[in-house]
Amino acid sequence: MKETTLPNPGLQAMPKDNSARFQRREHHLMLALLMPALLIVTLLLIVPLGWMIAQSFQVNGSFSLEHYERVLTDGVYWRTFGLTFRISFIVTLAALLLGYPLAYAATVLPRRWSLMILALVIVPFWTSVLVRAYAWLILLQRSGVINQTLMGLGLTDAPLALVHNEFGTIIATVHILLPFMVLPLYATMQKIPRDLMLAGASLGGSPMHVFWRVFFPLSLSGVLAGMTLVFVLCLGFYITPELMGGGRTVMASMLVSRNIQLYVEWGAASAVSVVLLLMVVSIFYLVSRLVSMERILGVK
Amino acid sequence: MNQIQCFTRKVTTQLAAFSILALPLATTAQVAHADQITFVSQGGAYQEAQTKAILDPVAQSLGITINQESAPDAWPMIRTQGATGQPIWDVVDTPTFNCIRGGEQGLIEPLDFSRIPNAESMPDGYKTPYSVAYEFYSSVLAYNPETYGDHPPQTWKDFWDIDNFPGPRALRNNPLGTLEAALMADGVAPDELYPLDVDRAYEKLEEIKPYIATWWTSGGQSAQLLHDGEVDMIMMWNGRVSSIIDAGAPAAFTYNQGVLQSTHLCVIKDAPNLDTAMKFVNAAIAPDVQADLPKYIDYGPGNPAAFQTDRISKARAAELPSSPENAAKQALMAYEWWSSPEGVEAERRWLEFMQQ
Repeated sequence: MKETTLPNPGLQAMPKDNSARFQRREHHLMLALLMPALLIVTLLLIVPLGWMIAQSFQVNGSFSLEHYERVLTDGVYWRTFGLTFRISFIVTLAALLLGYPLAYAATVLPRRWSLMILALVIVPFWTSVLVRAYAWLILLQRSGVINQTLMGLGLTDAPLALVHNEFGTIIATVHILLPFMVLPLYATMQKIPRDLMLAGASLGGSPMHVFWRVFFPLSLSGVLAGMTLVFVLCLGFYITPELMGGGRTVMASMLVSRNIQLYVEWGAASAVSVVLLLMVVSIFYLVSRLVSMERILGVK
Repeated sequence: MNQIQCFTRKVTTQLAAFSILALPLATTAQVAHADQITFVSQGGAYQEAQTKAILDPVAQSLGITINQESAPDAWPMIRTQGATGQPIWDVVDTPTFNCIRGGEQGLIEPLDFSRIPNAESMPDGYKTPYSVAYEFYSSVLAYNPETYGDHPPQTWKDFWDIDNFPGPRALRNNPLGTLEAALMADGVAPDELYPLDVDRAYEKLEEIKPYIATWWTSGGQSAQLLHDGEVDMIMMWNGRVSSIIDAGAPAAFTYNQGVLQSTHLCVIKDAPNLDTAMKFVNAAIAPDVQADLPKYIDYGPGNPAAFQTDRISKARAAELPSSPENAAKQALMAYEWWSSPEGVEAERRWLEFMQQ
């Protein structure tokens, strides 16, 4: 950034006040170039968000806290938020346990293999969430491949309830969110110098010891970044729990759509969204105290 | 709003095209201007079917142009048009629920039934102050005939009877129709359901809850559950069962104790073409055009007089939810009750029931 704003050597020879004016002009130019993007973000994100928040404080056009009162006192909402956080937590842990070894393998294996691992992680990412949910349904349902195999092998007499419940929701969600764990992890691991592991080994550390004392601590920022991304994305999941949850698994986003149908007031749904948004922002804030935002968002 | 996919399809009938060609000959532009309406339905195969059976013939006979739009969930649009005071739609074909609450909130015109003579012979339950029945479907008891053989379930009592009718079951993740089924299972007669005894219905539902493998949310999902043998018994929409029966799946259903549901026609408050809209509503429920709807789709006509024309064969009538014989076996959903405060409270209670 610094290099681009510095005037070129020829201009540096100019008097000081001239260079300041040049810099100011360039700042104005930068701002002008940013304007279209800023305008789009303001129009399509900030304004609707403000409108949504304003709606949540209204009943029939006048100010009211009725929607928040309902969200904060009705047990249905707390149970739903509780379930949403529990599922997100389990999904995040499962994604970490699956994603870490994958990202590690992609880092240490020869390039040919690491490309294949990354491709296997990313290609499903390009498939519609809906298609993947139905694919899991075919695998997991009562008459599905997995249950038929288990029964064919005599491992179980009756089909297991693998789907239409929380379990099925978690499996499909982990699958969908895995790339968001693997990619930040891989990016972080790529930047860990291999020499450090060699140094550890040359000092007599066993491979396990070197991994836990050198590699793992250095990959922690990637772990935190991946976990935050997966957790926050999972909080807002809608289609997957709707299709895989069998109606019992009610997550926060499903409350939003239900409230529109039930109360016929945008505000009733907005209040749920605002509470969820506040929770997400708090999580981001807490995590940002531990690791820099740029790293989570993959800028650095 | 995410579910709303609106697309506009201009349907220009031959006559409308003719009137446009004749426009230069007309003495005033008013003639062509007044004779059109914007009609909104729910899209897909259903809208195509009614275009052939009802909309095209009506456009021709009234000499009007019908501009079609589709909105699977019309309610938010009805509200927005009411709120801005600038309606662009005229007639909406939407779940009856929307017509009633829209009427109560001043978003829907009350119907002047003296201008809708075709509605005169229709039963009172098929009309509201704001709307009139357009087509019928039914939430029926469907099952896998391979599981139950010669002794299939025929009533909601059977659906609740775990010992004699074992097997996983599914119900819709929605209280509308489901509470009615629970009360019928508890011995309430189909014509004595309303006002619903909500406590009794939820108590009865608790009994069956452990045996419900899935609470389905979309019509496609209900079809998949029965088609793939995920459940042996399910309450689902009749059109969805017949489509998987046609696809060769082991499936069957009974209209016995079904819950007869409908979509109604209603007119947007201060619609731009109010007068033509009222004429259209009357023409669209005429027995002849109504009788043609089942030729294209498995829905029953909203006007029972359609069955007195010679356009529906006896065999076809037996398959339709609203034929007099089948309607007599079913409960007619009272949308007025569902949009009353008691109904809204019963709906609110649903999520609590699901979470326990």
